[in-house]
Amino acid sequence: MPFGNEGKTTTKRAAGATRHAFPSKDDGNENNSFHPTHPAHQKPQKGGSSYKMILTAIYALLFYLAAAVLLLGVGYKIYQYARIPAPLKIPTTPAPTTRRGVALRMLREVTLFESLFRANKWIWLFGWIFHVALLLVVLRHLRYFLDPVWSWVVLIQPIGQYAGFALMLGLTGLLIRRIAVERIRYISSPSDYLMLVLLLSIGGSGLLMRFVLPTDIVQFKAFMLGVLSFNWQPMPSDPLLLLHLTLVIGLMLIFPYSKLLHAPGVFFSPSRNQVDNPRERRHVTRWAAKLEDAA
Amino acid sequence: MAKFTVPVIAEYLETPKLQPDVMQGAGPFVAKPDMQKALGFPEQLVDDWQHVALDKMGELLKKYRSLQVYMDACVKCGACTDKCHYMLGTGDPKNMPVARQDLMRKVYRRYFTLAGKYFPKLVGAVDLTESVLDDWYNYYHQCSECRRCSVFCPYGIDTAEVTMAAREILASVGRGQKYANEIIGKVYTIGNNLGLPEPALRNTLEGLEEDIFDDTGVAVRLPLDEKGADILLVTPSADFFAEPHVDGLMGYAKVFHQMGASWTLSSHASEAANFGLFIGSYDNMRRLTLRIREAALELGVKRIIFGECGHAWRVAYSFLNTLAGPFDFLDPRYPIPQHICEYTYDALQAGLLTFDKSANDHRVVTFHDSCNVARASRMGNMAGGQFIIPRALIKASCNHFHDMAADTIHDQTFCCGGGGGLLTDDLLELRVKGALPRMQALKQVVEQHQVTHMAAICAICKSQFSKVLPYYGFEMDQIISVHQLVGDALVLTPSE
Ligand code: HEM
Ligand code: SF4
Ligand code: SF4
Repeated sequence: MPFGNEGKTTTKRAAGATRHAFPSKDDGNENNSFHPTHPAHQKPQKGGSSYKMILTAIYALLFYLAAAVLLLGVGYKIYQYARIPAPLKIPTTPAPTTRRGVALRMLREVTLFESLFRANKWIWLFGWIFHVALLLVVLRHLRYFLDPVWSWVVLIQPIGQYAGFALMLGLTGLLIRRIAVERIRYISSPSDYLMLVLLLSIGGSGLLMRFVLPTDIVQFKAFMLGVLSFNWQPMPSDPLLLLHLTLVIGLMLIFPYSKLLHAPGVFFSPSRNQVDNPRERRHVTRWAAKLEDAA
Repeated sequence: MAKFTVPVIAEYLETPKLQPDVMQGAGPFVAKPDMQKALGFPEQLVDDWQHVALDKMGELLKKYRSLQVYMDACVKCGACTDKCHYMLGTGDPKNMPVARQDLMRKVYRRYFTLAGKYFPKLVGAVDLTESVLDDWYNYYHQCSECRRCSVFCPYGIDTAEVTMAAREILASVGRGQKYANEIIGKVYTIGNNLGLPEPALRNTLEGLEEDIFDDTGVAVRLPLDEKGADILLVTPSADFFAEPHVDGLMGYAKVFHQMGASWTLSSHASEAANFGLFIGSYDNMRRLTLRIREAALELGVKRIIFGECGHAWRVAYSFLNTLAGPFDFLDPRYPIPQHICEYTYDALQAGLLTFDKSANDHRVVTFHDSCNVARASRMGNMAGGQFIIPRALIKASCNHFHDMAADTIHDQTFCCGGGGGLLTDDLLELRVKGALPRMQALKQVVEQHQVTHMAAICAICKSQFSKVLPYYGFEMDQIISVHQLVGDALVLTPSE
């Protein structure tokens, strides 16, 4: 699709449009989901509508697949972690002696990366910047999935767009360390570099669309809402957007099969989530109890 | 003196340049067939060891949440890479905690994850070959299960858990470690790690009573197998005759004497240390703790108190209730079990003990936090009591006390280098090198504060330091028991 002036106009409209309910109910046609929903799309499109239909179908289906793999995969892992017993009390001490204390310890770990801070200030700095930025960026993306957009999501939009740069900074710092620090290089597999490259590419393509080569986000939002409501709307064919989405779908697909399991995993780590009270309360799990019955 | 180069203590603790495979080797001596058999393991490497190992690994992944989560969660952030004393002392990258875990994680990925099954190169997955098994045996016996890495990992990944799982798998295919397995066998047949039978033990204790009497003129008792006593003291068998352990034991006896306590040792449970922990075997660990329960029931005691021993205190504090409980036959007014330091501290707080600190004036003391006391247990009723209580005892009995650098004490303490089943002469090089970070911190306080003695509350630490201190230019008797300091300063009243 053409860029330049026209593209800019689209973005301006889009910015306005996000604040409205979009697309409006009347725009949707019961029978034909490919009804043009926005003036921008009344222009003739290269490739014609069958190309658009195929593209839309492919991405819509990929989204369903990726979402299913992500949710079921991570869901299964959580179920697995929850089911496997922790037969012995192994909190890394000094540890909290109450449930409340453990909740606070966990909260500090996941929000401040407390242990990492004690370990290494550089990794902490880059890692923390990256994760906070990631969180803001993900929250900012909610506007593509919500209609109307919640007011706090609107509020964080300005911070969110610059968080993208922080994201890149954090990731770049981590990548440089991974390459430059001998010890970290030694423990890195190709997948460790690729994960950072993947995230950098997602962030990079996103920032390019936001600040250099704007894409038709109004149409994209229509597509996303269509996917969510099973009422497909055409997918914009901007190659940069396609790249961005493909990478995100890739990330969703590998999530449950990669080290990204650290996100659910941290909550199940016995050295962090156990209460230090073995003398006060006898801790016995299933298979350990069986040994006693056998005796 | 040594067949290897002893590291030089630098001004600051430096992270060494990586020296791949410098610690490659055959590892410690392998357990003999009869030692394996006594613990319920196959006598030698089984024919289809690969299947047996993978089956065992699958079983452990289903039994221990820690192992499953730790295998998945590591992001290779590198935060732990400079935290292990064996890495710092040897420079071998496979002694970086994450690399040690990776020895198993690579196999886990290959056989238990989708990514590793189809894209092994991409995620660094490898087949379980004989050379991988050799690496396991070697490097999982270069971990003292000290948990320092777990303090710093953002997910608390505890390499000790991985090491224990690996050792259990190794033992299950017939590659157990001689030192640990032989010792566990001795406890089963005789009652303690040193293989000291009841008559010898009785004899030793009588000798100690005489020593105390000669020294102080007060008749302090060290009773054995006395039915109806209130307190059962379970202590590491090294306390019965190794130096400086035995002075600690005499210290406990003096405190009991002063408190007018009715206490006893047991010949059936004459060992506090639990090497079942080291080899990661729940069954053996449980079997060992049950002896303590049996002794307590047999003697009809009301309380159980543990002597100075690091890993023993971990098993006692964290696992005893789980493994051998419930202890509803003991007096619920006291913690079950209790540490001797807690006991002495309570007496001190209650004003029941009098100290003449000048008795220790010829000593300038520092304290070595033992790894498993610091990071896997507690004392008293507040988190961190395990740091406060032993120091309070030292300060109550000494005028001169100085802590080592803040990043080498409390939960950041460095292991002595001999913990976790490595206190054997076939691993001497590893032990000497692994002691480097602690030696560096010690040297600093020796230079700054003229420290003369380092006190500890762990039998392994005491033995290890006696052995390695001379390699670094210190005297072997600069390591001392906390309860020796207590015992030397305690003002004794003769019993009526
Ligand atoms: C509960 C949520 C999460 C917590 C507490 C958490 C925490 C951490 C911590 C402490 C690190 C180590 C420091 C670092 O290298 O940055 C890390 C690394 C990493 N995290 Fe997360 N994370 C979470 C969610 C996520 C999510 C959703 C992603 C998805 C993209 C992610 C991607 C990564 C990556 C790629 C690394 C490795 C960075 C490297 O290669 O150095 N994290 N995470
Ligand atoms: S538990 Fe201790 S010895 Fe083992 S890898 Fe961690 S720091 Fe090193
Ligand atoms: S600190 Fe934890 S997550 Fe980071 S490399 Fe070490 S074990 Fe892995």
